[in-house]
Amino acid sequence: MPGKLHRLGVLSAVVASSVLAGACRQDMHDNPRYEPLEASTFFTDGHAYRVPVAHTVARGSIRTDEHLYTGKIGGQLADALPVAATPELLARGHERFNVFCSPCHGRTGRGDGMVVRRGFRRPPTFHSDRLRSAPVGYFFDVMTNGFGAMQDYSAQVPVPDRWAIAAYLRALQISQHATVADVPAEKRASLDAPATAEDGAGEHAEHGAAGHEKQGH
Amino acid sequence: MQIFNRSANFIAKASIVGLVLVVGSLLGLLTTANRWSWVNNQRVVREQPIQFSHQHHVQTIGLDCRYCHTSAETSTFAGIPPTKTCMNCHSQIWITSPYLEPVRSSFRDNRSLRWVRVHDLPDFAYFNHSVHVKKGVGCETCHGRVDKMPLMLQENSLQMEWCLDCHRNPAQYLRPRSEIYTMGYRPAESQAVVGARLMKEYHVNPRTSCSTCHR
Ligand code: HEC
Ligand code: HEC
Ligand code: HEC
Ligand code: HEC
Ligand code: HEC
Ligand code: HEC
Repeated sequence: MPGKLHRLGVLSAVVASSVLAGACRQDMHDNPRYEPLEASTFFTDGHAYRVPVAHTVARGSIRTDEHLYTGKIGGQLADALPVAATPELLARGHERFNVFCSPCHGRTGRGDGMVVRRGFRRPPTFHSDRLRSAPVGYFFDVMTNGFGAMQDYSAQVPVPDRWAIAAYLRALQISQHATVADVPAEKRASLDAPATAEDGAGEHAEHGAAGHEKQGH
Repeated sequence: MQIFNRSANFIAKASIVGLVLVVGSLLGLLTTANRWSWVNNQRVVREQPIQFSHQHHVQTIGLDCRYCHTSAETSTFAGIPPTKTCMNCHSQIWITSPYLEPVRSSFRDNRSLRWVRVHDLPDFAYFNHSVHVKKGVGCETCHGRVDKMPLMLQENSLQMEWCLDCHRNPAQYLRPRSEIYTMGYRPAESQAVVGARLMKEYHVNPRTSCSTCHR
């Protein structure tokens, strides 16, 4: 019988090792390196990433351009863009505004965004005389440093995008104060044409949301 | 007196065949084991420090993915928002909610929230968000209807066969760049037309060689 027992032992060893080998997979699944944002047991603050020593300036990232990085020239808020105003810049600003600002300020900048309807402090409209005459650098400054109840957006919106949003805000202000005289003569006829679904998409979305809220209460 | 009935002969023979069949189908079942959801964690909800609801924030409030996952379009990693992002709103609203106490204490003490990863490829596979976003693959295609998830879960298996299913024929999944973050997207024309057009327009040509993902 020893022969049979022996064979049984080998068999169970093979079965056991193939079952246990499954566990080895994990070593290859989880290499001894850190993934972004992974926690660390090595550093006392629990972060795998290291924060540079205070006042470190990474190569190529020194911020000497006052206008570009603070929105000011000689300590005064600048009323000019540090970048060229192109259609692409405005399109980018439009997109970023809708992502980062419209939740509170609303797509038209009247301060009626969804978060405000849920109880956030209502921001002032962008179409008041005070904000229409504010220098464009002011918008950049608010995004960079925050304003009252509004937190800053410097971590979420990089500098070029902040300028794109500032440029778009100015365009938005002008568009909301436009008169028929501002429309090029050859385009005026199309003003009386019925609106397409595309034109009102943003507006409808907001009304839809408002209706939804009413149902909820 | 017979202990074994005549039919025992048949049962004995049949049991040999039966054994082969049972073992065979067990082995067969084992080869599909990788596709069981408790093996690849598909649609499994994790215990998180905060009951964060994408449904609330994406569908009800209408937030864009990029408000929180700021690096999805520029880097390999989509990014998990820091506590500060939550405090943009929660410093003012729901400030007494007990569900949000971990957010507030994290902000007060400057200690990171410890979210549990839901999607996690093995480290030997390389993945990159920005490539997919730029070439017209929507968040929804890989992550499902996030706007309908009260708690985050992994919609797809994330297995190699799933990656390859698309890499071999991406046209069936592509959408215009303006719709990447849209949930519940429907192509304006048939997907065959849209897909073929976008393949050309965005120069889409995903590779299937092993070194694409195992580098
Ligand atoms: C979470 C809601 C919220 C978001 C998102 C938000 N804001 Fe605000 N914003 C406010 C509130 C509230 C105020 C008024 C603050 C106060 O008066 O204390 C304000 C004020 C401002 C002001 C100053 C207005 C004045 O009275 O001088 C500007 C400019 C502004 N926001 C621009 C922006 C821009 C640009 C963005 C996008 C990058 C943005 N905001 C995103 C809530 C928000
Ligand atoms: C208000 C901020 C916020 C918004 C907006 C948001 N998310 Fe998230 N997302 C989070 C947080 C916080 C987590 C981590 C907690 C969790 O897994 O539920 C997360 C987790 C995820 C994960 C899982 C990450 C993992 O651990 O594997 C995916 C996928 C995801 N989000 C996709 C999206 C998509 C797609 C959108 C847009 C439709 C979106 N998110 C919008 C905050 C947000
Ligand atoms: C743009 C504003 C905004 C941001 C940013 C935001 N939230 Fe919220 N959150 C809300 C609003 C508004 C509600 C209430 C939803 C409702 O009324 O249906 C809410 C509700 C919640 C609730 C439910 C609270 C309760 O008592 O039921 C939790 C939990 C929560 N948020 C967590 C988070 C976390 C975590 C983050 C950061 C990743 C975050 N939120 C970022 C606006 C925001
Ligand atoms: C081609 C499929 C695909 C697309 C498209 C995609 N994701 Fe992912 N996502 C993944 C995979 C795979 C992972 C797991 C990555 C890992 O473990 O390294 C992941 C992980 C994540 C995570 C966790 C953090 C991270 O980066 O690992 C978040 C958050 C996320 N995705 C959000 C998004 C958002 C927002 C979008 C839309 C802009 C998006 N994803 C588009 C496949 C995709
Ligand atoms: C729904 C479609 C889809 C899915 C699912 C998908 N991919 Fe892709 N992938 C693409 C497309 C489209 C590209 C862009 C190819 C190009 O550059 O033209 C791409 C490119 C890539 C690249 C960059 C290749 C290069 O040339 O550098 C990597 C890496 C990659 N994918 C990995 C993955 C992995 C890993 C998974 C599974 C976890 C995955 N992909 C799932 C569509 C997909
Ligand atoms: C489009 C991306 C992609 C390509 C191309 C690719 N793989 Fe993979 N592969 C993956 C991913 C993602 C996984 C991890 C799947 C999982 O989590 O189980 C994986 C896993 C594997 C595994 C481990 C399976 C396991 O059970 O752990 C092997 C072996 C492998 N791949 C071999 C290959 C070979 C050989 C090729 C070339 C013929 C190849 N792969 C091409 C994405 C890819």
